Amino acid sequence: MTEQQPVLQMQDITKEYFGNRVLTNVCLDVNRGEILGLVGENGAGKSTLMNILFGMSIIAETGGYTGKVCIDGKEVVFQNPFDALRAGIGMVHQEFSLIPGFTATENILLNGEVLHDNIVAKLFGPRLKTLDLPEMRSIAEKSIELLGVEINPDTLVAEMPVGHKQFTELAREIHRPEMKLLVLDEPTAVLTESEAQVLLTSLRRLAATGISIIFITHRLQEIFDVCDRIVILRDGQVVKEAATRDTDIVQVAELMVGRSMSAKSVATRAYDEKTETVISIDHLWVDMPGETVRDVTLEVHKGEIFGIGGLAGQGKLGIPNGVMGLYPAGGSVTVHGKPIPLNDPAAALAAGMAFVSEDRRGVGLLLEEALDLNIASTAMQSQNKFIRPLLGGLLKWRDDKAIQDVAREYIEALDIKCTGTSQRVEELSGGNQQKICLAKAFALQPDVLFVSEPTRGIDVGAKARVLEALRTYNRKNGTTIIMISSELEELRSICDRIAIVDEGRIAGILPPSATAKEFGLLMIGKLKGEGSEVNSYA
Amino acid sequence: MTKKNGFKDTISHLFIGNAVPIMFIILIAIAIPLSGFSTRYLIEEMVTRLGRDSFLVLSLLIPIMAGMGLNFGIVLGAMAGQIGIILVTNWGVSGVGGLFLAMAVATPLAILLGWIAGIVLNHAKGREMVTSMILGFFINGVYQLVVLYFMGKIIPISNSALVLSRGYGIRNAIDLKGMRQSLDRLIPLKIGGIAVPVATFIFIALLCVFIWWFAKTKLGHDMRAVGQDMSVSENAGIKVERTRIIAIILSTVLACYGQIIFLQNIGTLNTYNSHDQTATFAIAALLIGGATVAKASIPNVFVGVILFHLMFVVAPKAGKQLMGSAMIGEYFRVFVSYGIIAVSIVLYAWKRSNEKERSRRSLRGEQEIPKTD
Ligand SMILES: Nc1ncnc2c1ncn2[C@@H]1O[C@H](COP(=O)(O)OP(=O)(O)OP(=O)(O)O)[C@@H](O)[C@H]1O
Ligand SMILES: [Mg+2]
Repeated sequence: MTEQQPVLQMQDITKEYFGNRVLTNVCLDVNRGEILGLVGENGAGKSTLMNILFGMSIIAETGGYTGKVCIDGKEVVFQNPFDALRAGIGMVHQEFSLIPGFTATENILLNGEVLHDNIVAKLFGPRLKTLDLPEMRSIAEKSIELLGVEINPDTLVAEMPVGHKQFTELAREIHRPEMKLLVLDEPTAVLTESEAQVLLTSLRRLAATGISIIFITHRLQEIFDVCDRIVILRDGQVVKEAATRDTDIVQVAELMVGRSMSAKSVATRAYDEKTETVISIDHLWVDMPGETVRDVTLEVHKGEIFGIGGLAGQGKLGIPNGVMGLYPAGGSVTVHGKPIPLNDPAAALAAGMAFVSEDRRGVGLLLEEALDLNIASTAMQSQNKFIRPLLGGLLKWRDDKAIQDVAREYIEALDIKCTGTSQRVEELSGGNQQKICLAKAFALQPDVLFVSEPTRGIDVGAKARVLEALRTYNRKNGTTIIMISSELEELRSICDRIAIVDEGRIAGILPPSATAKEFGLLMIGKLKGEGSEVNSYA
Repeated sequence: MTKKNGFKDTISHLFIGNAVPIMFIILIAIAIPLSGFSTRYLIEEMVTRLGRDSFLVLSLLIPIMAGMGLNFGIVLGAMAGQIGIILVTNWGVSGVGGLFLAMAVATPLAILLGWIAGIVLNHAKGREMVTSMILGFFINGVYQLVVLYFMGKIIPISNSALVLSRGYGIRNAIDLKGMRQSLDRLIPLKIGGIAVPVATFIFIALLCVFIWWFAKTKLGHDMRAVGQDMSVSENAGIKVERTRIIAIILSTVLACYGQIIFLQNIGTLNTYNSHDQTATFAIAALLIGGATVAKASIPNVFVGVILFHLMFVVAPKAGKQLMGSAMIGEYFRVFVSYGIIAVSIVLYAWKRSNEKERSRRSLRGEQEIPKTD
């Protein structure tokens, strides 16, 4: 065969945000049916590059870009995402754009419904055509099937677990027959590891049908699992482009951060059982879709870092969500011996608990405010921190200096990439926004801090930094931290004890020094014996 | 789960889901014996009032579907309908022909007013209900101006029975002799001595079919999408603002027809007052029927009209029996109409902020702490 025309060519793309250059002469092409992995540190410019490709308005609003984008060899300039859609490019947005009260089918075919003609429509216009629901359902079904997952097309999105929402979005992009290039910006960040595996399988199936895919992720293993080629960005420049088989994880990680990485093992201290119990959870059940907790009893001691792990869908995420009152729950929870009413988030917070949720899409920061204010805001509101009384308390004054000081402290501790404490949060990259969430929780100085998937969406280099920050915080303030993660290695690197959740119950609690096999046995439920894969989609 | 448990569950669910209508049923069940009205009389009243009001109440459904809440702006449609009736009466066209001519004349006006209302409401997203109410007051001013000064001066009115003695402006009360119950009696039918407005009911049934069908069209589907999440709909390429304007136009035009049907049943037009309570009563009826600001169905309309009007009929008499004064019952029904509207709007706002809070909490990495003190 003669040389194939690439589906997408981006040439010499340069982009500045108000004089701050974030992309410099980036070149990139994607062939038909190819999966291209795009990696880089938080703030390297990955999302910006994809926004350019997709014609997002933010690019034009901030001064446009220079360079050339070609689809099938023809130069294109997309004015808006619809142009891109028409040209056969689909993008799974970072924020879910689904209608909660609509079914999967209705969302997949949103504004692309199959319609029946009728007389009224002929007279008054095409919007009076009626919906062909059975046909729509079968298209949705096919699209879901192509992904290789099982989602009932009649389920309301509001009732879906996060993973299914992600697949629904994906199904929406691929149902269009003209689809040829799919852009996925950190699609696995909201997924648990086993959900992510299903997604990767789906991507391979899609690529096999001839669709090209650009795949952005911070989980490098995923890149090596599915990608044909890999492009590494550092500070807005392509530092390497290679076939995946010609490189390896360590090399990629080093190229990303621009320095060699030493695998630091983390020393854990011996767990001291004698310290007082800070929080005890008794026969907790939580009704969280896809993460049901059935019967959990736990005690966590002062100053401990307690890990909770387990396979997806077994209920590990339900525990903090239930304790913090975000989902209907029952049983009892006591903090410092005082019972905490469930189903009441305010009470949970008042008891000195704080929570960094796993679901950080649209992280709910005050996007238009400066990052220091964001970090301090909750502490200011709920604890009157960073507020100076004037005239004997008659007036309350914001203590800007104190606010900037904490912001600086956490920018340093968490390695937040920004231009300064007064930069607006919306100008930060996705990963750095997530670090702000952690900083916000730190600033609250809670007694008990729940962190769920703290390193999701954070690049390899910064991961260790974030874990380090968690531990330092724990040591310095004696904060009890309960960390939920689907990455066992992460748990083992900083936790004092690790509980494994299986089928909504604690299967066992192990020290971090236990072997991987012991953990594995707990995860798959020793007693069940067979089937090492628990497929939550079956 | 045992079967018994499931049954109990459905029952309690049914009760909670329909708390408002059930409360009214209980109230009315107490009031009916007190009032001493005969069943026959009540049935007759209900048949008449169903024919009179259902169309108006049905006109509220589409904006609710589009997430725009209770459309107090249906008074705009009512005013358009009244102008149509005045003109047709002036031209001396009577009977059903006059009725349809009035509808035809009023339609462009209703479309215009609905379009204006839609544009205004697009600038007040999230505050549609208050805005539509205020807009109603404003357009009422314009209506008064037109009817009181322009008619007879700028707009020629030849029928002297309509014009005030000073030579311009329309009289306070217009007897709709020619049109009175022309639709109601078009197809005469008496069941057990009770006259049934068959043609009107057919009209209402057609509208129900239309609304049911409309929900299945692309436009209706888009309205539901827009009603739930404007920005997602916008991103999907749905023309949000246009869709909302169409919803309001439809509602206004339907209300215009509804008001004409209402007036042919009553038989007199109070030029300056007939539309005063149109929106409030229609909305109160719908809410009593179990609808909420965000969700309403066709059954809500009929249940609502019956319960609201039963209360309307029964309350004064029951009040008189109980307290010795018919005024008590009168106060009671006004109190109830406004009360139910206020309560449901407050409930809705409260529920919305709660839901937002909740979804925000579940989305956010960090929680805003609601002030508890
Ligand atoms: N609207 C904006 N205004 C100003 N600067 C911006 C804006 N959006 C992004 N930036 C800057 O552009 C740079 C690249 O950001 P981008 O979002 O592309 O990073 P990323 O590679 O996607 O990182 P992450 O892995 O954290 O998502 C960052 O330094 C960021 O601060
Ligand atoms: Mg990004």
